[in-house]
Amino acid sequence: MKDKKDIRVQKIMNKKLTGQLLSAPYLLWSLIFILVPLGMVFYYGLTDKTGIFTIENVTAIMSAEHAKALWLSIGLSLVSTFICFLLAYPLAMILANMNVNQHSFIVLIFILPMWMNFLLRTLAWQTLLEKTGVINIILQFFHLPALNIINTPAAIILGMVYNFLPFMVLPIYNSLVKIDPNVVNAARDLGANVIQTFFKIIFPLTVPGVISGITMVFVPALTTFVISKLLGGSKILLIGNVIEEEFTQAGNWHLGSGLSIVLMVFIIFNMIISAVFDKNGEGNML
Amino acid sequence: MKKRLSMLSLLATACVSAASMFSLTGCGGNASGENGEVIVYNWGEYLDPETLEMFEEETGIKVVYDEFETNEIMFPKVEAGATEYDVICPSDYMIQKLIDNDLLAELNFDNIPNARANIGSQYWEQSKEFDPENKYSVPYCWGTVGILYNKTMVNEPVDSWSILWDEAYADNILMQDSVRDAFMVGLKLNGYSMNSTDAAELETAKNFLIEQKPLVQAYVVDQVRDKMIGNEAAIGVIYSGEAIYTQRENPDLEYVIPKEGTNVWIDSWVVTKNAPNKENAEKFINFMCRPDIALMNFEFITYSTPNDAARELIEEDDIRNSPIAFPDLSQYSGLETFRYLGEDADQLYNDLWKEVKSK
Repeated sequence: MKDKKDIRVQKIMNKKLTGQLLSAPYLLWSLIFILVPLGMVFYYGLTDKTGIFTIENVTAIMSAEHAKALWLSIGLSLVSTFICFLLAYPLAMILANMNVNQHSFIVLIFILPMWMNFLLRTLAWQTLLEKTGVINIILQFFHLPALNIINTPAAIILGMVYNFLPFMVLPIYNSLVKIDPNVVNAARDLGANVIQTFFKIIFPLTVPGVISGITMVFVPALTTFVISKLLGGSKILLIGNVIEEEFTQAGNWHLGSGLSIVLMVFIIFNMIISAVFDKNGEGNML
Repeated sequence: MKKRLSMLSLLATACVSAASMFSLTGCGGNASGENGEVIVYNWGEYLDPETLEMFEEETGIKVVYDEFETNEIMFPKVEAGATEYDVICPSDYMIQKLIDNDLLAELNFDNIPNARANIGSQYWEQSKEFDPENKYSVPYCWGTVGILYNKTMVNEPVDSWSILWDEAYADNILMQDSVRDAFMVGLKLNGYSMNSTDAAELETAKNFLIEQKPLVQAYVVDQVRDKMIGNEAAIGVIYSGEAIYTQRENPDLEYVIPKEGTNVWIDSWVVTKNAPNKENAEKFINFMCRPDIALMNFEFITYSTPNDAARELIEEDDIRNSPIAFPDLSQYSGLETFRYLGEDADQLYNDLWKEVKSK
């Protein structure tokens, strides 16, 4: 008996060891490409040019220009996230209600544009929205008033919604297809109408998907600098642009890193909310 | 001062530099040519790629080619030494900054006979602004910064930077999205030097730029060219090298050097201090100074060449004597070349520019 137990322990140990060995490349990868760069951001962010510790780079967020850029970023990201949610939820429901063969095809169609480079798709929007762009040529042809949103916040929101919409649709879709149809049937059996079923059964069950969708849209929208550069004509300074210019134009890596740390705080805060909701969500689902 | 790197070529650059990283680290021996290699770091689309092939064929030296979009992006990469570039092509003030930081090697002009033979004396003279003894740099391209306007949209004569503040052209003006170029316009309009470090003068220029902002359609770098060709805007601030190209594509466009004066810039070949292939680098520069090669490059990129022998070879009279490509600079006043102003002044410029951009 004892021997058998020993062998079992040995086996388990072996399994653990293999697991550790197999995860080594991943751990190494995370160390080199996640932890080390993060460490460098903190090192640069918390020192000045002579290498002495300072929090000036972080508190620089309080200056008028930086604070304005941050609030503008938060505002535009919130609006974009909300619009994404409004568009994505009905879409995810339509996708989820299709039968199996069709829906994998439609999901594919939906994801297909994401395989194209994000930069190219944003550049395409620039060409579409320009004063002499494709949309305005078509409008002009029908003698309709021209659409002048290029280089305005509206164009940036459009770019954000367009680029990040799939990140909202897919998590909601995933949580919708996980709902056992019997749960919905039971609700209907017990006399709930369509609206009640939706608000009392379906929506609460998809909250984890919604929350992770919000995170996946809000975070990239908050940190983008390409969309505001291409569709905002560089006239609208978001916090992402400020950081980018500190690195590429001004050559002040310390300030750029310090502002990145501030942005990280917002992102971590967002992720904590998401984690809390997701945990509850998992509990409800079981 | 080359500004023609589109987002597309930015992507391509990313791929190329990834590929060149592999060839640098992966298999050094096999990748290089029979006579070694030379690592070149140039502006995007700033030479005829065919000349690289010709160089490789004639010398047996493999060219590893990499591109940058702005001087400011180039500098930290060279300073950090992450990739050991041999030859770089920065602009005037950035060459001065590289010299100040002891990052450049003195050239052995015995290995570059074509340089002294073919490049006009006035360009060597002008280079003394940033390279006082002509020891470090060989002029490659030069030009001015001016106003490109569309004759169908602008009916009055254009001769002053002040048209960029004219409300009649609201939402039809394109400004340069880089700090020194934007402030150059603001400073020159007020009659100040574009190398000013005077806080009050810079404050005035900043206020002018803020006042101008509601009229500006977009701040762009390389897209001025495409937007002007596409009739997207009426007036744009542009590098003279782009003007010939845009006029070929859209004959309604006209280029002027404003009467208040402007930036006369030079981009020059330099060799880094720690260049692993210094001799090959000098061979490369020598090759680029050969009249036929300089001509190929001029015809490809349309940026003015300081190579007098190459200019003689240009067949079309109107291009050889073009007032855009080869202006008679003595006609203009207020012409200057950018100088490196030191870290404190850089900081001041950047802070003021941020104020403009966030308004």
